[in-house]
Amino acid sequence: MPALAVTLRQRTPIPLDARFECEAGELLALVGPSGSGKTTILRAIAGLVGCAEGRVEVAGEIWLDTARGIALPVQRRRVGFVFQNYALFPHLSALENVAIASARADAAAHARELLARVRLEDLAERRPAQLSGGQQQRVALARALARDPQVLLLDEPFSAVDQAVRQELYQELAQLRLTLSIPIVLVTHDLQEAQRLADGMVVLDRGTVVAEGTVDEVLAQPAIAERMPGVEAGSLLHCRVSGHDARYGLTLLDVGGATLRVPRVDLAVGTPVRVRIPARDVALALSQPSDVSVVNRLPGRIESLAARDATYVDALVRIGTAVALRARITREAADRLALAPGIGVWCLIKSVALDRATSMLTVESVRPNDAPSAAMPGAPQDVSQR
Amino acid sequence: MDWEATRVSLWLATATCALLTPIGVWLGRRLAIGEGRHRALVEALLTLPLLLPPTVVGFYLLAAFGAASPVGRWLDRFAGLQLVFTFEGLLFASVLINLPFMVQPAQRAFAAIPNSLREAAWTSGLSRWRTLLRIELPLAWPGILGGVALTFAHTLGEFGVVLMVGGSIAGETKTLSIAIYDRVQAFDTAAANAMSLVLVGFTLAALWVVFATGQRARRYLQER
Repeated sequence: MPALAVTLRQRTPIPLDARFECEAGELLALVGPSGSGKTTILRAIAGLVGCAEGRVEVAGEIWLDTARGIALPVQRRRVGFVFQNYALFPHLSALENVAIASARADAAAHARELLARVRLEDLAERRPAQLSGGQQQRVALARALARDPQVLLLDEPFSAVDQAVRQELYQELAQLRLTLSIPIVLVTHDLQEAQRLADGMVVLDRGTVVAEGTVDEVLAQPAIAERMPGVEAGSLLHCRVSGHDARYGLTLLDVGGATLRVPRVDLAVGTPVRVRIPARDVALALSQPSDVSVVNRLPGRIESLAARDATYVDALVRIGTAVALRARITREAADRLALAPGIGVWCLIKSVALDRATSMLTVESVRPNDAPSAAMPGAPQDVSQR
Repeated sequence: MDWEATRVSLWLATATCALLTPIGVWLGRRLAIGEGRHRALVEALLTLPLLLPPTVVGFYLLAAFGAASPVGRWLDRFAGLQLVFTFEGLLFASVLINLPFMVQPAQRAFAAIPNSLREAAWTSGLSRWRTLLRIELPLAWPGILGGVALTFAHTLGEFGVVLMVGGSIAGETKTLSIAIYDRVQAFDTAAANAMSLVLVGFTLAALWVVFATGQRARRYLQER
């Protein structure tokens, strides 16, 4: 039984036809253009809006079942909800904002603990207006967790901060979710964001689910990729730090039995990380080349070939059992090498790609509190008012 | 200087504020966030006392609650309540004509609270009642306080309706503004002057509260 199962259907006021599930500990992204109904779905899960026909089940508890006339009020649904503009209570301190949502007897202590978890313990007494945009988002996240929620709902939580802060918050969310064992639903119109943070993805268009599956599966569908401009075809690899090479300043990542070498990152051995490798930065060779400078050479077997257009072909290469790497090569090259499914190849991952992959690491040792004005002096969210 | 009239005026203003505050908060909040079908009509009715001459309001109150009217007779018989030429009647009239002074600032104050704050409170597990007490009232109170101050000052200054409904019974319905009129008629300029100064002082203080709280409210909501 999934930790969160949602079915929603209605014609008005906002047409919806959605059905999806999310496991405990999974981060599911609801992606779609604005007006696609993704926020409405989130609000229906929380009970902030009704739905003509639907069912929401969380951890075995029925929150909504229109067929049986069940619709729990918002207050009885244990959700953590992070609003787009955070909706922090302006007259309360950061600590009070979090404590008010805690049902525990020691609400203040609980709130302090949560603020420490988002590294804001030193700013607990500040009012929201005295916090930077990034700090406000973290207070909102702490408040959402204060109820000991059974599901965490994030409504475009990164849209109100600038790019620099966003990158930082991504990493924090990635780190935080390692400690959570509840389903997390993230609403975003930014596919890159979904790609970076989510395990599963539901793509919506005018309230209807047009694609769903793991991030890799969804992005593999050309129809979806076409719909989402700006998305670069690539592979998302789930790895684990397996060691460090001090002599060459490299970190070794284990990916399904194979090893990737990336510029050194300070992570403990065993830390799970994700790297993204753009398809056009993967070259294929029929034999193991020994006279190239490329560090990462992984053996695999071609699983499928799909022509992109007149010039390019996307090859999906299976490495070991669990990993699939996407390579974009020219049709000319594919024909010259007589590539076909089942053929063994070597994937050459250019160092450029890995540099980029390293910066995409979603878990990283993070530095302490960012000062309100430190990140970007010009950005409005970072102006602190007293 | 008519201390009895001062006492009546202050007592009337205080009682009006005490009765009107809960009504104003309730109505103002409803108008601000409710989706009532007759909202425009209700708003028009509530604003009516602002524009009608006090004589019209007074006349209808007399007609409705006087000893000759069925309502007046009924109230007298079953509640022992006489609303004409009594303090209770004056208070009733005062609550009625001060509705716009209380409701409008309260309505504006509640309307200024983003709906997402209410929703955030609900998703944080706060009941509607606790949301009102912990979130909405603390954010709306500068506006509500402004309404209270306006009501207080306006009650002190009301003349026409008091004259029509209350008459001028010393210690019961003779307020400061009526007493000033009396003194002027009697060419007692010194007393009229003293009482006028008292009224100016109270009204100025009340208005100061209105504008100070308005400023505070703006700061609160703008800094978000």
